[in-house]
Amino acid sequence: MSDDTSTPRDETTAAGPAEGAAVTGGDAAGSGPASELPDAQRPDGSPASTGASRPDGEVATDRLGATSAAPAIAAKASAVTAPDAPARGTSDMFGAAFGSDTSGFGGLVRAPRLEAGSPRPYGAWFDEAVDALQESYAGFAEAVERVVVDRGELTLHVRPDRVAEVARELRDSPDHRYELLSSLSGVDYPDTERRFHVVYHLTSMTYRRRLRLETAVTEADPRVATVTGVYPTADYHERETWDFFGVLFEGHPALTRIFMPDDWQGHPQRKDYPLGGIPVEFQGAVIPPPDERRAYA
Amino acid sequence: MTTTTGSTTGSTTGSASGPDTDVYAGARDTTEGRVYTVTGGDWDAVLGAAVDDEDQHLVVNMGPQHPSTHGVLRLVVELEGETVTSLRTVIGYLHTGIEKNLEYRNWVQGTTFVTRMDYLSPIFNETAYCLAVEKLLGVEPPERATTIRVLCMELNRISSHLVALATGGMELGALTAMTNGFREREMVLDVLEMITGLRMNHAYVRPGGVAQDLPPGAVEKVRELLQVMPGRLDGIDAMLTGQPIWKARMERVAHLDVQGCLALGVTGPVLRSTGLAWDLRKTEPYCGYETYDFEVATADTADAYGRFLIRIEEMRQSLRIIEQALDRLQPGPVMVEDTKIAWPAQLALGSDGMGQSLDHVKKIMGTSMEALIHHFKLVTEGFRVPAGQVYVAVESPRGELGVHAVSDGGTRPFRVHVRDPSFVNLQAASAMCEGGLLSDAIAAVASIDPVMGGVDR
Repeated sequence: MSDDTSTPRDETTAAGPAEGAAVTGGDAAGSGPASELPDAQRPDGSPASTGASRPDGEVATDRLGATSAAPAIAAKASAVTAPDAPARGTSDMFGAAFGSDTSGFGGLVRAPRLEAGSPRPYGAWFDEAVDALQESYAGFAEAVERVVVDRGELTLHVRPDRVAEVARELRDSPDHRYELLSSLSGVDYPDTERRFHVVYHLTSMTYRRRLRLETAVTEADPRVATVTGVYPTADYHERETWDFFGVLFEGHPALTRIFMPDDWQGHPQRKDYPLGGIPVEFQGAVIPPPDERRAYA
Repeated sequence: MTTTTGSTTGSTTGSASGPDTDVYAGARDTTEGRVYTVTGGDWDAVLGAAVDDEDQHLVVNMGPQHPSTHGVLRLVVELEGETVTSLRTVIGYLHTGIEKNLEYRNWVQGTTFVTRMDYLSPIFNETAYCLAVEKLLGVEPPERATTIRVLCMELNRISSHLVALATGGMELGALTAMTNGFREREMVLDVLEMITGLRMNHAYVRPGGVAQDLPPGAVEKVRELLQVMPGRLDGIDAMLTGQPIWKARMERVAHLDVQGCLALGVTGPVLRSTGLAWDLRKTEPYCGYETYDFEVATADTADAYGRFLIRIEEMRQSLRIIEQALDRLQPGPVMVEDTKIAWPAQLALGSDGMGQSLDHVKKIMGTSMEALIHHFKLVTEGFRVPAGQVYVAVESPRGELGVHAVSDGGTRPFRVHVRDPSFVNLQAASAMCEGGLLSDAIAAVASIDPVMGGVDR
């Protein structure tokens, strides 16, 4: 298990005893909606005390300080709950812990949860498939970092330099036969060490199964082995992922931008890419970018 | 259209009096050779000048604003005479950052964005996205909502295929195919407008169900369509199938076999034209498609003509599915019961148009402050979706439409990536066109039927 799994949020959630337990328990089980259920059912004392805020505690206090100018109901709500209470995903579905952010933008900066490996048995056909891969592919222990089963989908987390190798094995082995690469996309988890994830969705037409490969790279060394040699269809997908996330696919025949103009600076779908505001032709006003708009917390 | 003659820098061996004085094709010398800007009707003059050059290599830029490239698609075609030696697609002209925008709107608002991607199959975009959100939430929409989704998707499939025929026909010079195709499509759009309120960009399918129930008279209107449409499809079929010019333009053109399709990730009618009956409605059923009785249309020609025949047949099969969907419509809710997900008000038609039902307004304004707050929070901030990632695919008119949705547990998507079939299938254009004639490139792109709104997102 890599450093990905411990996010800053784990520490902050530990501050609130009951709620923290629910979340960390969910992490350990790598579970889905079931672990959220107790949260959703928890009676909510103050319906107005809503408000998502940033997961890292300190910003929460910033926001709380700012509520002095906000309606009285917000101050009341924050008095009811502990000021250092965890913010997100730890209360009811609206995240009502304190504050009164009604904009929905209060929680723009947030640490996502990355699943830890799932315990065996995985269920369905997953055990059998993983066993078969372990048997036929000699480098399994080294290449596959962890196996995650969530919501009936199997994910193999693979080392970035081994992706093409694993994909070739999955395509050619008679036990798997993943003939089709359905989709390839990037995800940016900005608060983790290996922040750029590349996600491959493979389809086995023979067995009518789907499998997800996922790999993660750092910003300093964003190199992933290209799968264009295994799946030529990855050509456009990898160019798109390079264009939007800046992930370098080593061995790609022509890794150029595909959507943005050739001379574009930066990679727009990175989470830290600045968003544009909209100038308004009225006394020099500007509509700020979405992540800088006012929050009511 | 801009053409460049070869790589012979500064070579102006062509007769100077020819193209230079042509009002349609002005020429200028650049560091890359002589560049002609062609505006119409003078292909002979351009080719004549190029043939005079020692190097007969011609690079033609078709598009991005060209009537026969199926949207703002740019094709960079290298020609030897009239034979295409290399074809590259240049895309991105319609890129609007929909995936990035989704990350700054709540999950329900996402439907209004995804519906605008592939603008010819909006219901499919919405359904794929909503199925992904529902899988993340772990909720099942009610039976009636699923049936309405199937009904609308199949209506949408017909309207989309009619556009494919219409624009494809126009590009090949069959203008009656265009006028008839768009006329029939309008009938389908009228039905969709009655159900959803809009001709396109419906935002009708929502996480947990659909925005509102079928309005009174909708079922009758669909049944009327079911009466008329088969005859209209027969008309298009009779007009085009077997017609010598149509066949000459399409048969044995844009060939791509099953290996090529799988390697390039091509799905939809193009894959089925190779004889492989791969249709997600059958192979990986969703929305209860396994309970409907229909056939998957295939062809064994692997050419543009086979794809045309498949589209005609798929429209007929869609009519069958629509009929079955109408028969099994039972009264019931069209949105999940969970009030933390479903918007509390049912829309109703008032004297000033569609809006909140007056009963609900009375309740939240008169008797229940908490209901008002809840409604406000649900609409402005949205509901939270448990963290995790899912991939859901549906069979759109162009192939596998997949949605990869990642949630961090917040009220807005952490990341949504859409695997648009047009984007992937467009890669096959090079394989289909190289070695063929330039005129066949038009038929090839038309047979892929890419929608640039979906390609560029």
